[in-house]
Amino acid sequence: MATALPRARSGRYYVVMGFLGRLLLNLVLLSFSLACLVPFLVVISASLTTEEALGKYGYTLFPKEFSLRAYQMIFTQSNLILRSYGVSALVTVVGSSLSMLIMSLMAYALSRRTFKLRQGIAFYIFFTMLFSGGLVPSYILITQYLHLKDTIWVLILPGLVSGWYVLVLRTFFQDIPEELLDAAKIDGAGEWRIFFQIAVPLSTPGLATIALFTMLGYWNDFYTALLYIEKRELYPIQYMLWVILQSAEWLQKAQQEQTGMAMRIELPVLPMRMAMAVLAIGPIAFGYLFVQKYFIRGIRLGSLKG
Amino acid sequence: MSADPEVGSTSVSLARPLALPRRRKLQVWLRDNGAPLLMSLPGILHLLVFAYIPMFGIIIAFKEYRYDQGIFGSKWVGFYNFKFLFSSAVAARITRNTVAYHFLFMITGMLASLIIALLMNEVQGTLRARFYQSAMFLPYFISYIIVTYFVFSFLTIDNGIVNRLLAKFGVQPISWYSKPQYWPAILTIVTIWKGTGYGSILYLAVMLGISPEYYEAAKIDGANKWQQIWHITLPMLVPIIVIQVLLSMGSMFRANFGLFYNVPMDRGALYPTTDVIDTFVYRALLRMGDMGMSAAVGVYQSVVGFVLVLLSNWAVRRIDPERALF
Repeated sequence: MATALPRARSGRYYVVMGFLGRLLLNLVLLSFSLACLVPFLVVISASLTTEEALGKYGYTLFPKEFSLRAYQMIFTQSNLILRSYGVSALVTVVGSSLSMLIMSLMAYALSRRTFKLRQGIAFYIFFTMLFSGGLVPSYILITQYLHLKDTIWVLILPGLVSGWYVLVLRTFFQDIPEELLDAAKIDGAGEWRIFFQIAVPLSTPGLATIALFTMLGYWNDFYTALLYIEKRELYPIQYMLWVILQSAEWLQKAQQEQTGMAMRIELPVLPMRMAMAVLAIGPIAFGYLFVQKYFIRGIRLGSLKG
Repeated sequence: MSADPEVGSTSVSLARPLALPRRRKLQVWLRDNGAPLLMSLPGILHLLVFAYIPMFGIIIAFKEYRYDQGIFGSKWVGFYNFKFLFSSAVAARITRNTVAYHFLFMITGMLASLIIALLMNEVQGTLRARFYQSAMFLPYFISYIIVTYFVFSFLTIDNGIVNRLLAKFGVQPISWYSKPQYWPAILTIVTIWKGTGYGSILYLAVMLGISPEYYEAAKIDGANKWQQIWHITLPMLVPIIVIQVLLSMGSMFRANFGLFYNVPMDRGALYPTTDVIDTFVYRALLRMGDMGMSAAVGVYQSVVGFVLVLLSNWAVRRIDPERALF
């Protein structure tokens, strides 16, 4: 096909076409990138405006009337909201630390070629990815037998081990040269010491990627609270956001019940819930900025290994 | 337990050349395997409690479960729950929705990811590429509740961006949250918005692995960009695309709860196009309190899902054993 084109055209023609092509390509990428960011802008802008302005102008890209009142109210008037952030933060920190400890220990054990049970245990893990009992049995187990309903533990315990993450972590540990571990063993280091002093430091990129996903999983978890949490004091932030989106008046009412008195201030509920959403995105966006490059590399690695 | 223990216990082996006493054998075995076993123990126990024990709970689907009688005390009813489920219109609706959305998302998502990856491949390494990637990747990390807020700010009836825009063209406001016909499109847009940045990484990684020699040779032969993409990049991507499609078949019976429950804000009017297996299981259990129905749907999903994973893995294994799950 290309050879059919007159040769004389090649010089300027291709330069121009190439330029137009690249322009178009960047235009597409730029528009999609902006489309990815626009909703963030809309919600941020809605959090920085007044209730009246929202009613008048609707949701906009930039606040028509600037106001910080929503944030001020969250931090001064609403211990319920702050508490739900606390719950989420606690669950995220405790949950992901425990989870990483349990999963990486397991993954390391499975990566040891001398471990006789490794294939058996790998299958044991793997099978949980293929088949599950479904919601009802877990629900009965957790509520009727383990009595975890309306406790902070229900937000932490069921999600501690993901079979998939254990198997991915195992591949990271398998990449450590066997000779290195053997040498440490000959020098008298036990498996535990090898794990903490050699295997973990050498697998940091992989561990960090999985750790971030685990933290994200806990911070973004909504489903567990939907199933098992009824006490307001134990609402994680994602569930709180859901309740408030369903009923704008809920916050005012709940806050009054909580303090036991009628509140004199009308809360700017619409901007306030948008401000809460912004605050729930905050830690993610913040963390994302720092680890982004690292992260993409980690995922690329993981996805190729698949 | 064959050669290993004896290497470590040379001192005793002369005195007793044949079988080691049982206790000694166990000691030796524990010395070699004790630590890793102990290391995997917390994980093993966790999976036992939260994954394996519930598996046996599928018997609930064959019982008329009552809280006061417990799992073992409740009466057996055989396939009653299943008969009830499949004789109602619900089973067909949630199955159709789950499977249809799966294909819709798979095809559109894959196309979007491929296109973005192809475009990104052309700007690799530039500062712009870093910006594009950061922006497109960000939605992946956001919870579905936040996505619900985003969608809400666009679609809410009075203040939503879309209706305000439509008003400028003189179009009457549309009540998005009560019109099921719009939701397949809305949910597809949301999925593409959220997943394309992430999805494109896999294809981009494969493209980066294509040897530049192919492109150089093609350029010498006078091939333009389109021809290079069509004759080199895409053919190189075919294997991974095939694998991705097959692997995704395994999850055909699973739907993303957050997407189907939160984003349409659990509006009953939207169920015809937003109710999927996962949302129904939840509603049957906690809203309708119909334990038997919910359990039956759960078993239906697990069993069909299991068969699908086995089939998809079998297919992947035939094409590229390296990429098979097992």
